[in-house]
Amino acid sequence: MKAFADGDRILLSHGGGGLLSRELVERLFLPRLANPALAALDDAGVVALGEQRLALTTDAFVVAPPFFPGGDIGRLAVAGTVNDLAAQGARPLGLTVAFILEEGYPLADLARVTDSLAACAREAGVSVVAGDTKVVPRGQADGIFVSAAGVGLIPAGRCPTGAGARPGDRVIVSGPLGEHGLAVMLGRQGIAFAGEIRSDVAPLNALVEAAYAACADPGAIHAMRDPTRGGLAAALNEIAAASGCAIAVDEAATPVSPEVRAACDVLGLDPLHLANEGKMVFVVAAETTDAVLAALRAHERGRLAAVIGRVTDGAPRVTVRTELGTERLLDVPVGEQLPRIC
Amino acid sequence: MNRYIETALSYDGPQVTFMEVCGTHTMAIARHGIRNLLPRAVRLISGPGCPVCVTAAADIDAVLALLDANPGLTLTTFGDMLRVPGSDRRTLERLRADGADVRVVYSVTAALALAREMPDREVAFLAVGFETTAPGTAAALTEALSTNVDNFRVISLHKLVPPALRQLLTTPGARIDGFLLPGHVCAVTGSRPFEFLPADFGIGGVVAGFEPTDILTAIGMLLAQWRAGAPAVEIQYRRIVSPDGNTAAQAALAEVFAPVASTWRGLGQIPASGLLPRPQFARYAVDLGEAAGAALEKAAPALAGADAGGCRCGDVLRGAIAPSDCPLYGRVCTPRSPVGPCMVSSEGACAASYRYRGVAV
Repeated sequence: MKAFADGDRILLSHGGGGLLSRELVERLFLPRLANPALAALDDAGVVALGEQRLALTTDAFVVAPPFFPGGDIGRLAVAGTVNDLAAQGARPLGLTVAFILEEGYPLADLARVTDSLAACAREAGVSVVAGDTKVVPRGQADGIFVSAAGVGLIPAGRCPTGAGARPGDRVIVSGPLGEHGLAVMLGRQGIAFAGEIRSDVAPLNALVEAAYAACADPGAIHAMRDPTRGGLAAALNEIAAASGCAIAVDEAATPVSPEVRAACDVLGLDPLHLANEGKMVFVVAAETTDAVLAALRAHERGRLAAVIGRVTDGAPRVTVRTELGTERLLDVPVGEQLPRIC
Repeated sequence: MNRYIETALSYDGPQVTFMEVCGTHTMAIARHGIRNLLPRAVRLISGPGCPVCVTAAADIDAVLALLDANPGLTLTTFGDMLRVPGSDRRTLERLRADGADVRVVYSVTAALALAREMPDREVAFLAVGFETTAPGTAAALTEALSTNVDNFRVISLHKLVPPALRQLLTTPGARIDGFLLPGHVCAVTGSRPFEFLPADFGIGGVVAGFEPTDILTAIGMLLAQWRAGAPAVEIQYRRIVSPDGNTAAQAALAEVFAPVASTWRGLGQIPASGLLPRPQFARYAVDLGEAAGAALEKAAPALAGADAGGCRCGDVLRGAIAPSDCPLYGRVCTPRSPVGPCMVSSEGACAASYRYRGVAV
């Protein structure tokens, strides 16, 4: 793979969760930090502790605005970290949180963020067991940044990985797509729509436990991803690439709320490219599909879960059968998602 | 299925070519794979409907030169503008990483708000777009004037659609049998400004919405006109568009802007196709002329104002070639490293074609 040229700089798109983010990881970080756990490029890394397996993850949160419809940066930090562990099949053991605060940031806002973070941790049944605070001079950060890390225990028999999809598997999403990305985008620009669009940010460890409880063999869940930046498109392309399989998605079966669909039409956005913070993608063995789907639908965070596609033999790529019956590729977005101007 | 969709899907007459001139149509047609549904005899091409794409290379160069010369300037614009390469392959995104104050906004309102927040800096809005976005710029200029936001600036690269269609049809070799007229633009202008199509050129147009059934219905309506030999301007998108359009927005446009000649990528200079702020708004208007001169001086003469090497965006915007006919398409020019604006903007014909390319590719 091509190295970066001298004089290249970080562009905002390198943080957009699309093709450029992926290139940065593969060209700059992976070769320097080379190890098998990282190279799996799953949502959390797996390390051994005697006979047990632990999942480790870390995430930085710089969302602007820090308070958005449906959530805030505190809830996002806990849910994002817990969901990365859950995507590895892990039960969260403990979290750490670090704040980077800009001089002058209102203490009342910090208290609000911390209350929300604590409430989300209670909801997930996990504690924040360590933390750190740094303050930088005014202008050197945008109000509040949060960095979180988490450790979880992976029960025996669970081994979901992006490389685990096999031809014949079914793809399930736990609910309607695009809500978080759209809520933050609309909040950032103060765009109002009839019918408020709220972020779906939520911890999903209980939902994942419910899915496992429905599987006679925990190995039947072959892959999980929480489709954050880059949306379903990025999550499925990662799985297809890591597994060496094709994935075929049925657009008509893919859940998107009428509000999100309408806003996406107006803004010229694709809901399959928008971030989610309270949804999980499952790739499961065909014979386990009905049981997992029923278990998800019985859980409050998965009522609108749906089977949206299947894994097939063939070159690693993701295709979509449109509602008109035509077929097209589902690509990874390059950088940030932008509203249309025509 | 309505009878027009049936007409579209079952057409087996001689080859016809219809052009859409709206980035959102470009995206919708590609995203829903509508070309694959239509009979081979119906050819759909994209025209100059992507605001970012039709911005002239010389104007991009001038904006880059303007930032070079004014480090104190804050430039705001729509996100897609940031990745359009100038003649020297530099982009606003790259200038921003190098330290220039370039910010993405989703609307001119946000740019005006930023000007209020930073009264000690000049905040310029690089305004692109057609009759859809221009009324917003007009409203912002009116508000800046009435509330004395003296540090607000507008670089108007706004363009008008009807003169471009006239230019296309007077270009030798043009072969267009009908237009899918832009639904969002016509929501403002109404359908009347397009009546010259049948009157002067004997070509029909149908104002289309953006759902797959809207687009297929509009194509069926164009085919019905074509069969009957009765070109006309019709509105399929009746739930939004009327013949007269949004008269308040038209009045705001007329009050703030005067039509002026404007250079389009691929089409050259077109009389009365741009919008220049009227004299009472002159203090807010940035004239790119001087910056353009500086850009010309700096650039190698052969490159200045030209499309990057081998890029055929101009031909794509005229509908003269399909994106995949360009030798750079999908090889050296991809959304990851675009050579021309049609691959940069998600509304560009090349980007839409690439992003939603058929499974056969």
